[in-house]
Parts: sequence; structure tokens; C-alpha cells
Amino acid sequence: MNLTLRIWRQHSPEDKGAMVTYRVEDISPDMSFLEMLDVLNEELILSGEEPVAFDHDCREGICGACGVVINGQAHGPERTTACQLHMRSFKDGDTIDVEPWRAAAFPVVRDLVVDRSAFDRVIQAGGYVSVPTGSAPEAHATAVPKESADYAFEHAECIGCGACVAACPNGSAMLFTSAKINHLNVLPQGAPERETRVLNMVAAMDGQGFGGCTNTGECATACPKGIPLPSIAAMNREYLRALRKR
Amino acid sequence: MDFSDYRVGEPVADTKAPDGPVADRWDRRRFEAKLVNPANRRKHTVIVVGTGLAGGSAGATLAEQGYHVVQFCFQDSPRRAHSIAAQGGINAAKNYRNDGDSVHRLFYDTVKGGDFRARESNVHRLAEVSVQIIDQCVAQGVPFAREYGGLLDTRSFGGVQVSRTFYARGQTGQQLLLGAYQALSRQIDAGNVELHARTEMLDLIVVDGRARGIVARDLVSGEISVHLGDAVVLATGGYGNVFYLSTNAKGSNATAIWRAHRKGAYFANPCFTQIHPTCIPRSGEHQSKLTLMSESLRNDGRIWVPKAAGDTRAPADIPEDERDYYLERIYPAFGNLVPRDIASRAAKNVCDEGRGVGPGGQGVYLDFADAIARMGRAAVEEKYGNLFEMYERITAEDPYSRPMRIYPAVHYTMGGLWVDYDLQTTVPGLFAIGEANFSDHGANRLGASALMQGLADGYFVLPATINDYLARGPHDPVPAAHPAVQDAVSGVEERLGRLLAVGGDRTPDSFHRELGELMWDECGMARTESGLRKALERIPALRDEFWRRVKVPGTGEEFNQSLEKANRVADFLELAELMCLDALHRAESCGGHFREESQTPDGEALRDDERFSYAAAWEFTAAGAAPVLHKEELVFEYVHPTQRSYA
Repeated sequence: MNLTLRIWRQHSPEDKGAMVTYRVEDISPDMSFLEMLDVLNEELILSGEEPVAFDHDCREGICGACGVVINGQAHGPERTTACQLHMRSFKDGDTIDVEPWRAAAFPVVRDLVVDRSAFDRVIQAGGYVSVPTGSAPEAHATAVPKESADYAFEHAECIGCGACVAACPNGSAMLFTSAKINHLNVLPQGAPERETRVLNMVAAMDGQGFGGCTNTGECATACPKGIPLPSIAAMNREYLRALRKR
Repeated sequence: MDFSDYRVGEPVADTKAPDGPVADRWDRRRFEAKLVNPANRRKHTVIVVGTGLAGGSAGATLAEQGYHVVQFCFQDSPRRAHSIAAQGGINAAKNYRNDGDSVHRLFYDTVKGGDFRARESNVHRLAEVSVQIIDQCVAQGVPFAREYGGLLDTRSFGGVQVSRTFYARGQTGQQLLLGAYQALSRQIDAGNVELHARTEMLDLIVVDGRARGIVARDLVSGEISVHLGDAVVLATGGYGNVFYLSTNAKGSNATAIWRAHRKGAYFANPCFTQIHPTCIPRSGEHQSKLTLMSESLRNDGRIWVPKAAGDTRAPADIPEDERDYYLERIYPAFGNLVPRDIASRAAKNVCDEGRGVGPGGQGVYLDFADAIARMGRAAVEEKYGNLFEMYERITAEDPYSRPMRIYPAVHYTMGGLWVDYDLQTTVPGLFAIGEANFSDHGANRLGASALMQGLADGYFVLPATINDYLARGPHDPVPAAHPAVQDAVSGVEERLGRLLAVGGDRTPDSFHRELGELMWDECGMARTESGLRKALERIPALRDEFWRRVKVPGTGEEFNQSLEKANRVADFLELAELMCLDALHRAESCGGHFREESQTPDGEALRDDERFSYAAAWEFTAAGAAPVLHKEELVFEYVHPTQRSYA
């Protein structure tokens, strides 16, 4: 396949940035999207240009490092991460736009790389169970209904890639935040901190510059792990419950 | 002098493990180790490099104990460390199944599975601690798979006959890592951990013979910084990416441990590499990494190839009696669940016979037709759904209707920095935990034991042993102007400057690929003296070419991924040579190290305990110069070495 790429190039956070057009040739449909970018970068290096910076690591869709907006969609046309998107999803001769996540809380570092440390700060505000090493009771001391364990798992699958924020017209992190709250709040182990967790994490989320939620649902559509949209409603319920109890 | 003209130095011994009954040693060591008064702990700074299962759990636990932790990861967030990609599960001797499991059996299985090249004291401790890990992770809210009664579910992994593997669908590593990450996040919020993300360790600072800090580079600004403390913990993972194609993350690298090795830490058993039998075969030249299909699939999938060489029929067209379920045939007792080294070699053998399937004949079938018929498609989906989906995404083939194609790939490195029972390297004050050390898996790691070891080291072992070192101060502050600090900084700056100055005509990746192919061919699944000698000739030439022809665009004072890459490849080019030398000197087969010259009549690995019952700890002398070999004799008091049999 031969493709035309229009890629966002931005040297530094202060730089204005612009879309730059490149051609890549002989792309195999079995390549992943990132392997296609590798091909471009190898060519750029040899021709003396600086390669396109992009975050990536495991290339198995689990570390959450990669993430670019492809033709206006976070992670591109398939419901997966950019590293697991394959070129067979495109056609010979296509023009593909590649941009970084665009959100106020995710400033661009360089080219397609953004700073997602705001997510870490949301977790630091309460996305944990306070159980110092060594203090745990025997694992079978508390049975956890399978439904609860499965519900927790479904939300714990979040990889923190940021696609939900990038897809949201408001740059909201409600889906990310609700995923962690729902994971921990449904489990008996998470119950003692149930109220403080939701209050503190939501406050941290707001403090990091993420936008509000207007129920457009783009987040859940873009999520490569399928975190369900009702997760947000469940978080709102937890939030109201915590406010009432305070 | 040739690199292979190594010298044998003084033996090295672990002096920290107490003697006496193996089951009492860990208790005794914990009692005998000195403690640091809680009020004094905050005066000690511990540097932790890496935030995977080992580093994340260690950083969180040390901070909970009251130490001041300064922690680093090269990724943008500690949650992205490559432990996250571990799929199958974590072993623990809970015996919840009442199927005859015990601490002693896990100990026994691990020593045997490692082909009798691991230290008994360490392995026993690992088995003891395994049960606490599960308790800790459950308390953190790790959503392990559960039965309808609300209790934890388990499954079986290779090399064992009990069901002791706890799991969270095919994402156990992710869930355990997030548990450790969340514990670490809590300590970051509390101000007990100072985290530096997107910051890579580029050298170790050794002052008066003790590890006192690191030199790191901020990957965004390019700034070189010095971080000093009382002890340094390396939790930087393995070096499987020396092969270029592996199941490791693209960023996984050996720089931290290799720099430590150059500063005096012995490197043990570098040739012990695990080739995982169930990975998705490569699809072309563009391949940038390989993807694992969890070993757990071997619980229900059956591995086969056509009986006849060159049979190109579609799998569904090959009748049952023309299929060879070779693992079930050769190893009836363990069947498809033989250890990884054995399954990988068997796959290579059938492919070498011309019976491989798929492009280039580099693949075998992993077939779920029987499992789907027995359990129903829904049950198979519940157990393995995400793996099947990943397989289909990569290959565009539906594994529910057509058997998966799999082939072995580099997955894990059992070798690493030599450590004593306290997990301290030969440089006082430098500790290595998780895959970065060599300690527990011998010549072959059993499935679901990497997660166990990473968390054992980080949550329970290191936090109990590092006190002993810290309590034996004084650790006088090191001035930033100290010559050892300045030398380390100028060394790093000089090296980065050299990489940028070459201005050659080859990319860092092109060298990495070439090195990887060479290592796969000569130091991969089967090794020979002539092949290893060939590699030992080629590597220095390739290294020389690298430093003459590499092209790194941009500058050092900016976000520069080519520079990061080139710097890591430069270290792989030195480490590769040591791996080949280690493989050459060990003229026996054991576990994942298969020397063609040393096999039984049926082609199994043939150990030579008379000559090689030791861990090989290598001391660095100079780049490209012959290293010194220090042997640690292995003593087996409880599990007596036998020819491993899984038949």
C-alpha cells in the first residue's frame, strides 16, 4: 500500500505546531499502525530529518502508552489501541491524518507525545486501598461475590491511555475516574474508603483541568477496553451518596 | 587478547543465607538482620529504579516503612512498566484446591523446573512468601478471578501437576501492577516517594566502593541530573530485547544493569534466556515485536502439526489420524503442559523436520476445537476471550474456527545481576530485584513465577533485608562535587555526545535488528560452539561499525527518542558478547540453555553436574576485554538433581 500521511509536528510545548505531509510506500496490510510509523521514521532519520515522536511501549494494547488521533478518531477506526490497529483497516492510496490527543489537561510535549501525568494525580488522590504491605488478612477471609469481582474487573481493565479524554468534546476525564472508583468501591476491600475516594478523586479530576461531562458518550465509544458508559452514572451515584453521608 | 580468553577468579559465595533447615532460614535471616529505628528511617534515602512489579512494590513498601524513596521510570507513568503485559497468572502455594500443594512442593517444582541451577535457600523463601502475596493483592482490591462461592479460582501452568495459579482473566500482570502502582501512588501523595517519570538512569555512582546514587537523564528536557542516597535498588527488568524481536516492550532495556555491571556488579548466567513456546509467529520484515499468547492456553488448547512433512492442507482438512499431537505423545504425564523450554524445543524440532505450519513453516497449531466441544464456546470465551481477540486482531484469523498458529519467541531472561540472599549485588549498597537479578529461576522459569518473584522481592524480601545494610552505616552524605559523581556525569555526557557526533548512515534500529538476528541464530533456542564463536567474532565488529556509522538526529537537550534508542543499543552490543561467552563456556545443556553438543539420545537437555553445577558470575574488566569468571557452587540438600522427566 502507498499512503499519504498528514502528521502533527510540534517541536516543543511552546512551538505552534503544524500538519506536515509525508508519503510512505510498500506498506504491508499486516503491519500495525505504529510499525507503519516506524517505516516513516527510519526514512526520516536517513534523510537527516528528525523522526516523528510518539509514545509506545508494549505494543500489545495493554500498557496504555500509545495513543494518537487517526482521521479524527482516538486510536483510529477500530476499537483498539493504535499499536493493535493494523494497516488492513486502510486502503491503498488513503490519506491519513495523525494528531496528538487534544485536551487542555494533556499538554503536547512533542509531535504526537502528550503529558498525561494529570491521570496519575487523579489516582494519587484516592485510587487505592490503604493497606500497607504485611497487614493483609488471609485472602479467603472475605468472600467476594463473583458478580462483584467481575464488575470490578470490567472497570479495572482501564489502561489509562487517555482516549476517553481525547474523544470527549469537553476534554473530560469522567470515564477514567469512574473506572477506578467503580473498580474499588464495589469490592468489600474498598468499602472503608468508599466515600473519601469518590470525593477526593472527583476533586482532583476537576483540579487538573479536565472538562465537565455532558453525556455525549464519545468516551465509551473510543475506549479500547470497553469501559461502559454507565460507569459514569455509577460514579455520580457514589458521589451523591458520599455527599449525603457527609 | 580475545574476549573468550576469560580468566577464572576466586569463587563467589552467598554469605547471607543462614544454614540449618531450609524452611527456617528466612525466619532466621529476618531475625538476625539489623533493623533501623522507625524514627531514623526518614533520614535514609533509597533510590529505586523501575516501577514494575518489583520496583513498584518495593518503592511503596519502603515508603510505608518510613524511608525516603526517590524513584524513577523511563515511561510517562509508573503504571506502564512492562509487568503490565504479563497475562497468565501468579503462583502461590495456598493449596486451596486441596490437590496436594504445599510450600515444599512449590519449592521442589521451581528447583526442578529451573533444571537445578538455582539456589535452594532463595527458592524456598520465594515459595514461603508466595502465600502472603496473594493475601496482600486481594486486600489491595486486585480483582482476581473468583468462583460462584466468592472464593478465588486457580488454574494450572506448565511443569506442575497442581492448580496453584491465581489469575485475573488474561491480564493478571496488569491487575497486579495496578495494585502496586496504586500503593505507590498513595505514598507519592503522602510525600514519601519522590517520583521522576520519563527519567532514565544512565549510570551508577559508586563512592568508596559503595553504591551511592545514579546519573539520570530527563527524557523531555534532556537534562542530566545526579541523585544521591544511601542505597540504590535496580528493578529494571530483563534484557530479552537484546534479540530485537521479543515479547518485551519496545522500551525494555539493559542499560541500568549493564552500567551497574561496568561499575563492579557481577552479571550471573547471562546466557539463561527463556524462549516462550506460545507466541504469534512473525508476519514479515517489518515486525517490531512479538506478542505472547498466554501459557494458560495450554490448559485447554492442544498442540499439533501434520504427521507428514510438507503437508500444506488447511488444518480442518487434515484428518485426526494424520495429526501429531507431539507433546501429548512424547510427554504423556504432562502433555501440553510441559515446561516452557521443553515445549519450545519440541516446536523447533517439528518445524526443523519440515512439519511446521503457516508462512515459512515457522509455526505449530494450538487447537481449541476439543475445548469448545467439551466446554462450549461461551466458557472458552469467558476464560480466554481477550487473548482470542488479540490473536484475531493481529493475524486476521478467527481462533474459534481455525487453530491458532504459534511459535517460540524470546520472553524472559533468568540471568541478571548476581545477588546474595539479601538481594544485594557485589557492589555494597546496590540491590537488584525482580527480573533484573538472577536469583530464583535457575536455567528455566516456570510459568506464573515471574509475577510471584517480582512481588516477593519488592513487597517482602528487600524491605526486610535492606534494613541490615542501612543500619550498618554510617552513610555520610556525598558532596555533589565528589570526583566519583563528577566522573559519572562526564562519562554520561561524553557518551551521549559521541552518539550524536557520529553522523553516520545507519539508524540505531538497523543495528539492533542485525544484532537480534545474530543472537537468535547463534544464541537462541539451540546453541553450538561453532555458532557461538562466530557470534563472538561478529559482535565486536558490529559494535565497531555502530560507533562509526550510527546516525542520531537532533540534540541531547531535547526530547530525542533516537538518542534514547541508540544509547540502549550501544549497551546491548556489549551485553550480547557476554551472553555468547557465557553460552560458550557452559558446555552443557540445562533448561533454556541448549547446547547441541550436550543432549540425551532422545534430544533432551543433558546437564553436566560434575562440571557445571554453579552459577557463573562474570566480572567486567573493560569493554571488549575478557571478563573474569567467578563461580558460585550450588549445593542441593533437599532437591537432588536428576535428569528432569516430564514423560
